[in-house]
Amino acid sequence: MNRIVDKKKLAEGINLFEIETPLIARKRNPGQFVIIRIDEKGERIPLTIADVNIKKGTITIIVQVVGKTTEHLGTLNKGDCLLDVVGPLGQPTQIEKFGTVAAIGGGVGQAVCYPIAMGMKDAGNYLISIIGARTKDLVILEDETKKFTDELYITTDDGSYGRKGFVTDLLKELLDGGEKIDLVLASGPAIMMKFVSLMTKEYGIKTIVSLNSIMVDGTGMCGVCRVEVRGKTKFACVDGPEFDGHEVNYDLLMKRLATYKEEEKLAYDRYLKKIVGSKE
Amino acid sequence: MKKRRKKKKKARPPRQDMPRQNPKERINNFNEVALGYPEEAAVLEANRCIGCPKPKCIDGCPVLVDIPGFIKLVQERKFVEASKKIKETNVLPAICGRVCPQETQCEIVCVLSKIDKPVAIGRLERFVADYESAAGEIEIPTKPVPKGKKVGVVGSGPAGLTVAGELAKMGYGVTIFEALHKPGGVLVYGIPEFRLPKAIVAREVDFVEKLGVELKINFVVGRTATVEELFAQGYSAIFLGLGAGLPWFLNLPGINLIGIYSANEFLTRSNLMKAYLFPEYDTPLQVGKKVVVIGGGNVAMDAVRTSLRLGAEETHIIYRRSRKELPAREEEIENAEAEGVIFDFLVNPVEFLGDEQGRIRAMKLIRMELGEPDESGRRRPISVEGSDFEYECDTAVIAIGQGPNPLALSTMKDLKLNKWGYIEADMETGKTSMKGVFAGGDIVTGEATVIEAMGFGRIASIAIDKYLTTGKW
Ligand SMILES: Cc1cc2nc3c(=O)[nH]c(=O)nc-3n(C[C@H](O)[C@H](O)[C@H](O)COP(=O)(O)OP(=O)(O)OC[C@H]3O[C@@H](n4cnc5c(N)ncnc54)[C@H](O)[C@@H]3O)c2cc1C
Ligand SMILES: Cc1cc2nc3c(=O)[nH]c(=O)nc-3n(C[C@H](O)[C@H](O)[C@H](O)COP(=O)(O)OP(=O)(O)OC[C@H]3O[C@@H](n4cnc5c(N)ncnc54)[C@H](O)[C@@H]3O)c2cc1C
Ligand code: SF4
Ligand code: SF4
Ligand code: FES
Repeated sequence: MNRIVDKKKLAEGINLFEIETPLIARKRNPGQFVIIRIDEKGERIPLTIADVNIKKGTITIIVQVVGKTTEHLGTLNKGDCLLDVVGPLGQPTQIEKFGTVAAIGGGVGQAVCYPIAMGMKDAGNYLISIIGARTKDLVILEDETKKFTDELYITTDDGSYGRKGFVTDLLKELLDGGEKIDLVLASGPAIMMKFVSLMTKEYGIKTIVSLNSIMVDGTGMCGVCRVEVRGKTKFACVDGPEFDGHEVNYDLLMKRLATYKEEEKLAYDRYLKKIVGSKE
Repeated sequence: MKKRRKKKKKARPPRQDMPRQNPKERINNFNEVALGYPEEAAVLEANRCIGCPKPKCIDGCPVLVDIPGFIKLVQERKFVEASKKIKETNVLPAICGRVCPQETQCEIVCVLSKIDKPVAIGRLERFVADYESAAGEIEIPTKPVPKGKKVGVVGSGPAGLTVAGELAKMGYGVTIFEALHKPGGVLVYGIPEFRLPKAIVAREVDFVEKLGVELKINFVVGRTATVEELFAQGYSAIFLGLGAGLPWFLNLPGINLIGIYSANEFLTRSNLMKAYLFPEYDTPLQVGKKVVVIGGGNVAMDAVRTSLRLGAEETHIIYRRSRKELPAREEEIENAEAEGVIFDFLVNPVEFLGDEQGRIRAMKLIRMELGEPDESGRRRPISVEGSDFEYECDTAVIAIGQGPNPLALSTMKDLKLNKWGYIEADMETGKTSMKGVFAGGDIVTGEATVIEAMGFGRIASIAIDKYLTTGKW
């Protein structure tokens, strides 16, 4: 169960895994995620289902190494099994024909954005994709996105690939150039979603963001994932993860994401030492 | 003269104390606090029971354990037989002996309580159950004739485990669907190790599996599959034992500051995810120097005592009524007091205050007075205008109760819910408004007890058998 049937390195520190979970593959809709646990001592972490193959009974997850668990996951290979995979969790994206949709993925956020964008294209929307990354080597899913998107733009913070600058710079250019956009999807670091939303609010464009708050159970039982939307407390795991971008309290989200900074560093350093030790 | 007569009658021994870990030591570990009776104490305690011909105690037990029957066997030192006697109606004696609120159930009605302290029924129940498992092989009943019908049980708390076990014994093919990665419900994610060792829960779950029950963990009904889809897969009846798994937060300014936990999150991190073993285990849990737990029930006591063991220097219970109204079990309140928990009565939070990082640094509390009794019979707390004051703390745990989790329920449009969102089910059968769907435990009654959930499970298993035999709804 939960066997890894394929693994690909997409970029430095970003891996794609195809995992055998037929029940989840069958039920999943774009926008939903799973929670996984690698082994008995492991933490439960949420990851978006980037794609499914119902025939093979597999789901695809794309994971960026940011700490202990994602680092550990990166060491697993084809044939290995994850102890727990549960899902599909969260509300599916509301996919309809809006007209022109701009789908913005920042960093590994493109993994979250990709399945939703594909769903939007399938629903008959004109699709503009914007992939943002810090630098060239971190741009992911470019070829895969190219296959179905109508327009594709890439931005890098350092200008090593595509346009130099942030995704917001590019979005502004498009809008000021007269592009009529009916819906913006944004997924990535909280700070990026915040600035995209501030901009689209000015232009009066409906914006959907996918929030990445800390989670434990993913079923509405613990409340750690709470976020504020239009001043009201919501549980991202069951009420979301997608919300109206203009109504989210991003500052709260960013603060809450930093809750365990010290513990995360401790766990990561301890793990890295252990791997180095075992290699020597 | 008088004295002599008294001597003739065999003097009743005093209620036997159960040894416990010393409070100073136990706050540094997660080992069980209560250590259980030694054999001699158990027999002495059993000898206090006068074996009433019309035993009142049985009426106090939600599953009608034959109390004098099993106690007589303890008197005769037939401990394994005593355990089996209990298991005729209660399959989880090691758990109930530990966590049943006996003082409001079986023991409160024991005749001895009129003249003396009641027989320590719970401690005896625990003793014989532990004795039996230490004695080795727990007997598995012989395989029944298969009925050729499948029943799906959603949730593996005490209600679900009971239904599953009973139906398996009757010969049904039973599958339990559990959302979390470990079965047991509140017994594994809520109640701490120091009150209920997880090895005991695992043993009981194992027993249910040995009865032939199939267990599917990581399966969220409503997400991984809906109830409708389960019927389509060939389940002839479904039992919903979902528990009351939705944490209530206080709707107050600052409630989303870092360092404010629901009791569910706090206890889940510690119990299910073993945060008390971080970094050996990956899941962290932050406990500051001064921890406050808001609420006065068993959940609050569990949370506050957990925080002590996780290294909090000062721990408080914040409760809006007085000690007399505390809903927690007396034994747990005493344990908390012995461990150094400070109780602040007649205060209630009105606001949470944070620092620049968004971490809680204080609460604003208001003083309360007790007014007229409310519908629960307890005196209603009323806030004293203008009495609010700042109260420093760096961790707060909200333990004011929970409600029904709508995740599965929202996918069942025909299921009737009551005005609080719990499932409307017949209390005699567990039948719901949907044909073939039964429900029981906390998702019907609201937060109750382990043994009540099990009692409900038993009734439902009988009703499910009847439905599947007769086809009549
Ligand atoms: C709905 C959702 C979908 C997600 N999808 C993806 C995805 O497709 N690909 C991807 O690479 N990442 C995704 N994430 C983020 C991913 O869950 C975190 O990167 C991961 O938990 C980090 O774990 P770690 O132990 O490696 O790092 P840590 O060192 O533990 O944490 C690094 C940072 O990750 C965040 N984080 C830590 N623990 C959790 C947790 N239990 N839940 C959520 N966030 C946490 C915190 O901000 C933390 O500062 C998603 C998050 C959510 C909520
Ligand atoms: C911290 C705490 C301490 C307590 N202490 C005591 C005590 O000392 N004595 C006592 O008698 N009682 C105590 N109680 C109350 C007692 O634990 C409950 O009354 C009892 O567990 C209810 O049993 P249940 O089977 O109805 O539900 P639960 O034990 O809540 O189990 C429900 C199960 O269903 C699962 N589930 C929910 N939704 C889904 C879904 N959609 N799909 C699949 N699975 C699902 C949950 O994950 C859970 O495992 C305590 C409760 C808490 C929280
Ligand atoms: S099951 Fe609980 S209430 Fe019943 S006799 Fe045992 S301890 Fe008492
Ligand atoms: S009521 Fe008390 S004394 Fe009488 S049988 Fe029950 S436990 Fe024994
Ligand atoms: S992750 Fe626990 S309620 Fe959302």
